[in-house]
Amino acid sequence: MTLTSMLKATTAATLVFAASAAFADSHATHPDTGEALATEQTFTYRVGDESPSYDPGVAEDVDGSAVVRDLFEGLMNQDAEGNLVPGVATGYEVSEDGKTYTFTLRDNAKWSNGDPVVAGDFVYAWKRAAAPELASPYAWFFELMSIENAAAVVAGDMEPSELGVSAPDDLTLVVSLSQPLPYFPQMVTHATTFPVHKATVDAFGTDWTTPENMVSNGAYVMSEFVPQEKLVRTRNEMYWDNENTIIETVTKLVITDENIALTRYLAGELDQTDVPAGQFPRLSAERPDEAISVPSACSYYYTINMTDTTNPALLDVNVRQALAMAIDRDVIVEAVLAGGQKPAYTFTHWATAGFETPDTPMASMTQEERNAKAVELMTAAGFGADNPLDVSLIFNTSEAHRSVAIAVSQMWKQTLGVETELGNQEWQTFLETRGNQDYEIARGAWCADYNEASTFLDLMQSDSGYNDAKYSNPRVDELMAEAKTSENPQAAYTEVEQIIAEDMPIIPVYHYAEVNMQSADLGGWPFTNFEQNWYSKDLYKIAE
Amino acid sequence: MLSFIARRLAVAIPTLLILVVLSFVLMYAAPGGPFNSERPLPPAVLANIEAKYGLDQPFWKQIANYVVGVVTQFDFGPSFQYKDRSVNDIIAQGFPVTLTYGAWSFVVAAVVGISLGAAAAIKQNSWLDYMAVGFTIGAQVLPNFVMAPILVLIFTLWLGWLPGGGWNGGQWENLILPVIALSTSYMASIARITRSSMLEVLNTNFIRTAQAKGLSPSRVIFRHALKPAMLPVLSYLGPTFVFMITGSVVIDIFFSTGGIGRFFVDSAFNRDYSVIMGITILVGSMTILFNLLVDVLYAWIDPKIRY
Repeated sequence: MTLTSMLKATTAATLVFAASAAFADSHATHPDTGEALATEQTFTYRVGDESPSYDPGVAEDVDGSAVVRDLFEGLMNQDAEGNLVPGVATGYEVSEDGKTYTFTLRDNAKWSNGDPVVAGDFVYAWKRAAAPELASPYAWFFELMSIENAAAVVAGDMEPSELGVSAPDDLTLVVSLSQPLPYFPQMVTHATTFPVHKATVDAFGTDWTTPENMVSNGAYVMSEFVPQEKLVRTRNEMYWDNENTIIETVTKLVITDENIALTRYLAGELDQTDVPAGQFPRLSAERPDEAISVPSACSYYYTINMTDTTNPALLDVNVRQALAMAIDRDVIVEAVLAGGQKPAYTFTHWATAGFETPDTPMASMTQEERNAKAVELMTAAGFGADNPLDVSLIFNTSEAHRSVAIAVSQMWKQTLGVETELGNQEWQTFLETRGNQDYEIARGAWCADYNEASTFLDLMQSDSGYNDAKYSNPRVDELMAEAKTSENPQAAYTEVEQIIAEDMPIIPVYHYAEVNMQSADLGGWPFTNFEQNWYSKDLYKIAE
Repeated sequence: MLSFIARRLAVAIPTLLILVVLSFVLMYAAPGGPFNSERPLPPAVLANIEAKYGLDQPFWKQIANYVVGVVTQFDFGPSFQYKDRSVNDIIAQGFPVTLTYGAWSFVVAAVVGISLGAAAAIKQNSWLDYMAVGFTIGAQVLPNFVMAPILVLIFTLWLGWLPGGGWNGGQWENLILPVIALSTSYMASIARITRSSMLEVLNTNFIRTAQAKGLSPSRVIFRHALKPAMLPVLSYLGPTFVFMITGSVVIDIFFSTGGIGRFFVDSAFNRDYSVIMGITILVGSMTILFNLLVDVLYAWIDPKIRY
């Protein structure tokens, strides 16, 4: 050990000691719940893969966004229930016509280098993320937010300066929308809308996101990053609400193999990890306080090719109905997946905010009734024991998708005599096959971008880029357009779900659940936040 | 000898070029692309991205630009998947990791394998021999993707001696399990090859002569038998070394080491063209270099071989 490294080590040790001593004084108990807090406040969790980017303007995946939410803070945050709470903005006002939002920023928000966070930082970040030069994969999010001129800016037809966002003074941010959007405030909790420190980006270019260079305004700063191994964040002393932050260090470990991750969790190396498919019943029996299943904002379905490249039998609505009815979803969720998932008879996830799952005929039947009805429909379509239907079903390579597909093909075989040819494809190949309608039936899943039913039902519009069934129903398009600006869109969503249940372009199978092992001493986890948006600043470790 | 090395190096350049072009063509022939995802990007966004990475250029121009960048500036381009990083960054971070655990695994596999194989041959049909043969068969049928989780189970969960993964800048605690997992089956192969080769050499006339001269057994073995017995082992060690230091995806996946093997396989799945190319060139160059090295060593060990 050289003298300098010894000095560094000693200083670090002193600092840690001082910090923990201060901590022990100020946070012996949790300020809200009164629970006794552990002396060591760290949180270590597992992800399956490295994220593409931690630049708020570029970040695109769920795990990466969780890191970005710790490092940066947007206008608004979510609480444990997913409700909006102030972030950098203390609040906002909407104009009469619903097209102008004015956010008021707090005057004590600071960047990690001590600079104040001003409205101009948001204006810069939004224009940067929408501009063609950055080529952000999430640039379209500004179009989704209905921000004025977003589409033209993204397409390069207008200068980024024309984007509908401005800063009349340092603490006021004005956003102009092209049309009223009732759930607009929900969308400013998304990473793409977080501020970026211009001087840092200008100085370092794409290297600005390394731990040495990054300047951020969230509750934490990035202190160590080894791609494909780990990312460590420590608390940001400049954060305006730092005194209420409890967790000192958050470590994200990349562990690809779920079973190894589980072993390491059981050995005490991790505070949280995913439960491998099928192991939830055993783990919840052995460690009931730690095995946790909560709804997760994704729906699993089979999409049916409805173009002329398909199997002609699938163009018959009776066949599609019969296939949908013959799937015993209870068996899928209870025997195959066994992790607290729920059978799906509608596309929209049952736990979506403000969404009431409508009654569909299939949902209210028993499985025996469904099977009987399915046989009836299949006979009406001209298929039976002497003339069985042959279909192909493709899925992307994964043990879980294979198990579900095998179960479904067995159900179709037993109830309807349908012969199913199963095919698995590597992800990129699968996307291309499905996107080119080069399939008959394909697996699909959709996860919410925001907590509102249109995030799912938009897919059923004729011109949706994600509508791989190429389903088209003018009434659905009309209803979805109506819902966009309606104060109470539930009636439209109910009708859309009922039309889908009738036309059956997609067969909903189940609604996802997130199945985790989590240390019993970890407090503050937002189980009731449907989008699973968690903030390390709200977590804490309870004393044993 | 020098002209041999020069000739081999001269051939290496066109070989690498062919490798680059072939990989490029195969890569583009595979369905999908780096920016395809479950949520197809809106055309305007996709166009911006393709323009940024030069994917809107004609195919021949992309290859030409790439080769020029690599040759003139040693620049392998930006990663398409990891948007804040370049291929040079990825290799600079991942390769030293792989090199470290790969070189250690190689040393362990070679030293233990050769000693075990030689000892088994010298004491043929003794308990030592049976143990060695038993071990090598066992180790060879146990692939490392089975062994890795078992090691973690034993040393991390049950005994609590070693961390179950991670790298931490190459701390020895983090190095032990990957090295055991990676080296064991190679160690077994090396032991088996050494044993049979040694047995063959021990039964040759020149060894019998050496023994008849009255040389001590250790002198016979170390001075006369070991060197010729090493020839078949050496031809196995060359490619093994290249394989070990250019990455094992199994080790990277199970022990979260952050090595190059993981990036290589992921880049293929993600169609991260520039990373595929960068690592292909790295592995290709290593293979060529070490094959040459093995050939040179051959000539040094066996005077009969001359180029």
